[in-house]
Parts: sequence; C-alpha cells; structure tokens
Amino acid sequence: MSDSMTIHLRVWRQAGPESKGKFVNYTVADVNSHMSFLELLDVLNEQLIHAGDDPVEFDHDCREGICGACGVVIDGVAHGPQQRTAACQLHMRHYQDGDMLVLEPWRATAFPIIRDLVADRSALDRIVAAGGYVSVDTGSAPDANSILISKNELEGAFDFAACIGCGACVAACPNASASLFTGAKIAHLSGLPQGRPERKERAVAMVEQMQKEGFGDCSNHGECEAVCPKGISIAAIAIMRREYMKAKLA
Amino acid sequence: MAHPLSANVPDGRLQEKWDNYKNQIKLVNPANKRKHTVIVVGTGLAGGSAAATLAELGYRVNSFCIQDSPRRAHSIAAQGGINAAKNYPNDGDTVWRLFYDTIKGGDYRSREANVHRLAQISNEIIDQCVAQGVPFAREYGGHLDNRSFGGAQVSRTFYARGQTGQQLLLGAYQAMCRQISTGQIIMFERREMLDLVVIDGYARGIITRDLVTGKIERHIADAVLLCTGGYGNVYYLSTNAKNSNVTAAWRCHRKGAYFANPAFTQIHPTCIPVSGDYQSKLTLMSESLRNDGRVWVPKKVGDSRLPQDIPDDERDYYLERRYPSFGNLVPRDVASRNAKYACDEGRGVGETKLAVYLDFRESIDRLGKNKISERYGNLFEMYERITGENPYEVPMRIYPAVHYTMGGLWVDYELQSTIPGLFVLGEANFSDHGANRLGASALMQGLADGYFVIPYTLGNYIASTKLTDADTSHAAFVEAETAATEKLDRLLSIQGTKTVTEYHRDLGRIMWDNVGMSRTAEGLETAVGLISTLREEFWENVRIPGEKTHYNKNLEFAGRVADFLELGELMARDALMRNESAGGHFREEYQTEDGEAQRNDEDFAFVGAWEYTGQNQDPKVHQEYLDFENVQLTTRSYK
Repeated sequence: MSDSMTIHLRVWRQAGPESKGKFVNYTVADVNSHMSFLELLDVLNEQLIHAGDDPVEFDHDCREGICGACGVVIDGVAHGPQQRTAACQLHMRHYQDGDMLVLEPWRATAFPIIRDLVADRSALDRIVAAGGYVSVDTGSAPDANSILISKNELEGAFDFAACIGCGACVAACPNASASLFTGAKIAHLSGLPQGRPERKERAVAMVEQMQKEGFGDCSNHGECEAVCPKGISIAAIAIMRREYMKAKLA
Repeated sequence: MAHPLSANVPDGRLQEKWDNYKNQIKLVNPANKRKHTVIVVGTGLAGGSAAATLAELGYRVNSFCIQDSPRRAHSIAAQGGINAAKNYPNDGDTVWRLFYDTIKGGDYRSREANVHRLAQISNEIIDQCVAQGVPFAREYGGHLDNRSFGGAQVSRTFYARGQTGQQLLLGAYQAMCRQISTGQIIMFERREMLDLVVIDGYARGIITRDLVTGKIERHIADAVLLCTGGYGNVYYLSTNAKNSNVTAAWRCHRKGAYFANPAFTQIHPTCIPVSGDYQSKLTLMSESLRNDGRVWVPKKVGDSRLPQDIPDDERDYYLERRYPSFGNLVPRDVASRNAKYACDEGRGVGETKLAVYLDFRESIDRLGKNKISERYGNLFEMYERITGENPYEVPMRIYPAVHYTMGGLWVDYELQSTIPGLFVLGEANFSDHGANRLGASALMQGLADGYFVIPYTLGNYIASTKLTDADTSHAAFVEAETAATEKLDRLLSIQGTKTVTEYHRDLGRIMWDNVGMSRTAEGLETAVGLISTLREEFWENVRIPGEKTHYNKNLEFAGRVADFLELGELMARDALMRNESAGGHFREEYQTEDGEAQRNDEDFAFVGAWEYTGQNQDPKVHQEYLDFENVQLTTRSYK
C-alpha cells in the first residue's frame, strides 16, 4: 500500500555558469512512496510553475537507469543512498515523512554548471574521442564467430562496458578524477581481442586527455566505486594504470 | 484519394533487388565526397551508425542531438536483442525465413523489398558490432549465443545481457567519436531541430535551437538525414525516454514530407504497471522474459488472494491456452490485447487490477535461480527497485504500455521522403515493420539503415543531383528562422494557468482511451474533437516559465507538446480511415468470432501516407499499394 509523506528539499539554485548559486528550501506535500525521486522533482516543479517561480532544472531522459543523463548529489552522495542505483531509479519508499533532502549538482572543475542541477559533462565525450574505440570501418569486419572469446573473458570485459557515462564517479571523488570512467573504457576494450591492436595508443591518449580536461588524479579513495550505479569495480583504474605504464615503457 | 505513391523499388527477383540496385547506382568519387556536407539529426542507432559510416567514407558530417551527449539517445534503453539470420544454432533459419517472419509479424502491411533487404543485411550488422567490441553473449566454447523472441520459431536473437541497445549504441557512438576526433564529424550537442529548410524543392538545411543559450542557428548541407526516433510520447506515458518527441519529423511533415501509417503504434505487453497520477514514464521489462516466464491471471473474477495462495488449477495461463503453438511467445500485439481482455473481464491483479502476472516459479524450479539470474538478473533488479517486490519470490506484475511506433515519415526504397534530399532512417520512418514490429527488429533496422543502406542511397542522390549554390543567408533560411523564433515567442507570451505537463497528460489520456489497444469509429471521432479542443486551449492557456535565452526544459517541452497535439489528431484520423484490424491497430468493428484481428486485404493492403495541407485543414491521404509477389497473404495464426 502506498503512504503519503511530506518531504523537505534544500536545492542548489544557480542561474547560469557565471552566476553565484545558493541553496533554497522547498516543501512537497503528498509524496507517494511509490514515486521515483525524479517524479518528486516533477511535482515540485509543477508547484513552482503554478506559483510563478522558475522550476529546478535537472538532466534526465530514460528514467530507467541506463542513459546516464540524470545525476544529482543527494545528501552528499552522488545518485543518493541506494547502492548501484542511478537517481532516476531511486524511489521515495526509502524515505520517511518529514525527511529533508539536500540536492546539489555534480561538482568538478571539468564539469561547469549550466543551470541549477545541470552540469556540462562533455569532457567525458572528449576522453572517448581521444581513443575509446576500435578503429574498424563499416563493412570491413570478419564473420562474428571467426574470433572466439571465452565466456569469462567476455563477461569480464562486459562488467567494464556497462558504464553509463553519468559522471557520478567524478562527482564523488575528492580529487574530481575521471579515472573510473576512463579506466572502464580502457579495460573494456583491452579486455577483448578486437580492442588489443590499439591498446597502447588508446591508453596513453585517453589518460592524457583526462588530465588535459582538468580532472584530478586517483588517490585510491574508492568513492567512485561506491557510488557507481553500475557497480563498476575500481579494478578498472588498476588496469588503466597498467595499460598506461606498459605503453609508456615499451 | 490522390494519386498512388511509387516506392521506386528496383527491378528483378526479390533476392536480387538490392544487388541490382547497388550495381546500377551512381557513385561519388572518393575525392569528391569531402566536398559534400550531410546533416544527421539524432544520434541513436540509426543516426549514430549513419554519421560514423558517412564520415568514414569521406563526407563532412554535421551531427545533432538534443541530449548532452550523443551516447544517450533512447536506443540505449533497448534491452532484449537484435535479430540476424546467421543460423549459428543450425535450427533452420535463413534470410528468407527472417524476411517472412518480419512481413508476417507486421501483418502484411510493409513493403516486401525493404523487409527482404533488411533480412539480407542483418548478418553484416552482427559482424560489424562484434568487431567494434560489442560484448554479445557467448557460449562456454567462445561462440556467440542466441535466444528466441516473439513471433519466431528459431533462435536468431543476439543479445548483450539485458542491455543490448546500450552496447550497440556505445559501439556506434565510439565509431562516431573516432570521426569526431579527426574533425570529419562536427558534433552539436544539446541542439533541437526546429525546422527544415527547403530550397528549390530540395532539403538543404535545418534551423536549430541551442538548448543551453537559446541561440537559434542555421545549418546548410547537401542532404538532411532525419534519425529522430518514434512518437510514442504522444500518449504521455510510454516506455520512451522523456525527451523522445516527434518535433523534427512533424516539422518536416509540415514542410511537405508525407506521414505514413501514424495509427500503427505498438503497445508492448510486458511493462511495469502504472502506480499513480504522478507517474512520469513506464518501464519496459524485456520481451525476452517471456522465454522463461509464464503469463497468467486467476480463473475467478475478483480473486484477491496473493499469487502464491492461488493453486495451479485455479490459474488461467491464457496465452498457453489460446495459442498452444506459440504460447507465451506470441507477437506483442496479440499478447497485449489478451492482457487487456483479462483485465476487462475483472481478472486483473495487484492494487490497481490493471496487471497480469509473469511468473518465473516453474523456470526457477527447472533451471535454478542462478541460470535465471544470469539471463535476466539486471531486469529482476530493475523490477525490484521500481516496485519494491522480489520477482524471484513473487510473480512480476506486468501490463501493456506504448513502446514503439511503426508509423513515421514515408520513405521510398532509398529511404528518401517525399522531399528530395530529406532521408529518414530508423524508427522515424515507417518502412519495415508494417502494422506490428517483432521483438529484436528495431535494433536491426536502425543499424541496417545507418551502416548499410544510407551509404549507398545517399551517394546515389548526391551523384545524380545538381544543387544550386546557396548559403545560410538564403531567403528560405531567413524565413524558417523567423518562423521558429515567432513560435517560441508566442508560446512564452501566453502565460496562462495550465502547465505543459498538464496538457501533455490530458492529451495522453485521450490517446490511450481512444487511440490505444482497442479502437472504435465512435471513440476515434470523439478523439478528433477532443484533441482539437485541447489544442485550441493549449494555445490560449499554457503557462511556460522563464525565458528563451537560457536552459529551459519547459519551453522545449512546450514546442514538442504543441506538435503532439497536431500528430494525435492525425493518428486518430488514420485509425478512422483504416476500416480493418491489422497488427497493433485493432478496430473492434473488425474482428473474428473468437476475437482475433480481421484484416481486409481487398481494400487496405496499402500504406496510407498523409499530406499536410495547412493549419486546421483536413489532411489528404495518398496510397502506396503493397504488392505481395513473394509471400501469400494469410491470416496470422499463432495457435
């Protein structure tokens, strides 16, 4: 059965990249426990529009935890309290009547704020563009079964390929490092035979692009792994370092 | 009725048409390709694969997406898989059989030549994706694994856990990134296409709005590729992402592109049921679950016992009962309609009684929890997150939801719309799925169009068309930009009392009630009236906060809802025109004695392509007759 709650929100409001931001308090009554966290923001925004205020902007799209568009720091934790769950998949049944939630955008030098809870994560795309691919033109592929891949090898690479590019790892890291994101792509592709011919160039180019974008370095806090909605292991960072070292030494 | 449309299907036997076409087309010299610019709108499977491939060939590509990154298009949410006729399992699959199943699954309302080409290309797609590093599921011996999907009796579906769409899209996205890094693709993120620019009858550019700064921009090219997905969000609640919309396609329609079969929408049988009014979207549970899950409702009306307390002989496994040969794997339209009937009879389950059970108990007993978890683990987790219930312990509750739209802009064999130079790919076109799409066919079509069809057909267009010199100061650009700006200003000036979401929800209710799983002439006529009244009210009373010069989601959505309010009416008119039941379009007046859809091949074996004739003018329908030279039209039977 669904219960109705009152939820208090303390939300970061910022008009634009150059503006000074501040926290503003709101209250939403009649919150249904089956509601998703983003639906709570929808209800808040309808309330604000009717009152003549500007709604809180936030990125969202699939609301199924797979597109990686959403991302809010809830009470100091990227994507909120539920492990392995993107903010869109967090439901209000985990909260109680009268709770106060503090909402902030991803905060990192490499992620300028666009408005309210919306951050510019295009730096992540530039890291992928630096080498996060296999160079194979359409039409030149051999038969799909011509290269066998053991189930274990495949599943291992898949665990890293599952990254949704949301940037929570950056938001959670005290150094605002993108090492888990970058490492996951390097580990995915170097973990499969198709990705190995370019592994050296890829590792060097992606790591250097990450540094150029203003992300910090990894100092093994492990916060990234803890907040990752896809549970990507910090082993990705070890693989990234190994791939980078091997490429540089060779 | 106006004159019939010709699809420009090449001559020859069905199996040879695509080769004949490729043998005869004009080619663009490699050195000349770089002199041509192509606009690609949308970065899903169709747009991403097209942009990457055209850039590899040497064209200059300008790519646009409304999301903050090309990696987020809604193709990413496709769970189940992608079909191909590889026949790796040696269970009797062939290109012909994939073609035949797709034509039959579409209830004989698609074009033979397109569907056959799709089946022919299917195998190359798998090869390409594996080479990109897409981690398709494998057997212990290292070979690729397959599973079966609705509407087929062979295992031809390749899958990557429950996130096939994500992995395929990341493959296409990474191929795009490779071209972005060399400057061959210029990527424009957070841009919404607001209009098509037509010069001397040819599509030559687009008008976009930068969603961050609000700046209106002009972009010119030699051709425009629309890869903007489907229009399921006209129902407000659907499995589509919140940003999925019809605006780009609709504005091309207003500029002269015909819109084909808008009434052909797919209601997916296995979605998580609605829980309340605040509901913002619906979540699909992959059809692959029907491989191992059994669908049932209590035999007794109003049985409110918990599912575990209802003994087997008091359960009605209605799909297995009514369709013994396909059982739980009947096509989507059939499964959805039967769920609706069960609930209409008062045998629905759960709090709202608008749900049926999808039960894994028997499979877990037979295969073990580990095997089920390996196959569907992430789906079970997702279900539990949303509902708070553990599907390993209690059956899932599911209900149909709007999922995919088979209709879309009309295209010929070359994927060209009725506006020369405007090509439409993927879900945005109407071409390959007829009145009903089979599972695992959408990913196949999106990638076929982008990787393997458009590189040929676009080349032929560019090589055989002489365009006039023009730049973005041309009157057509000025006019289109002015119109786009005026529309935004008008929306912002209304400052009424109802929000964009409230209007969207109202429209959705009209559509679901009258243009949903089961339609009648009376309901459709009611819908036409209600939508037109709602549209008038919207333009007088919508309240949009903020300005056009900053990030403003409500303003974006207002433009999209305005277009949905026009499309919804066209869908109702199309459904009203089609006096038959076919696939996802079920008219209650046209059914057999035992409640199955009754097609009318005599009068309706055609594509209905609608021409826009002006604001508040009745649209005009054109027909493309479907010639079935290779398959015999039969009544679909899954019994």
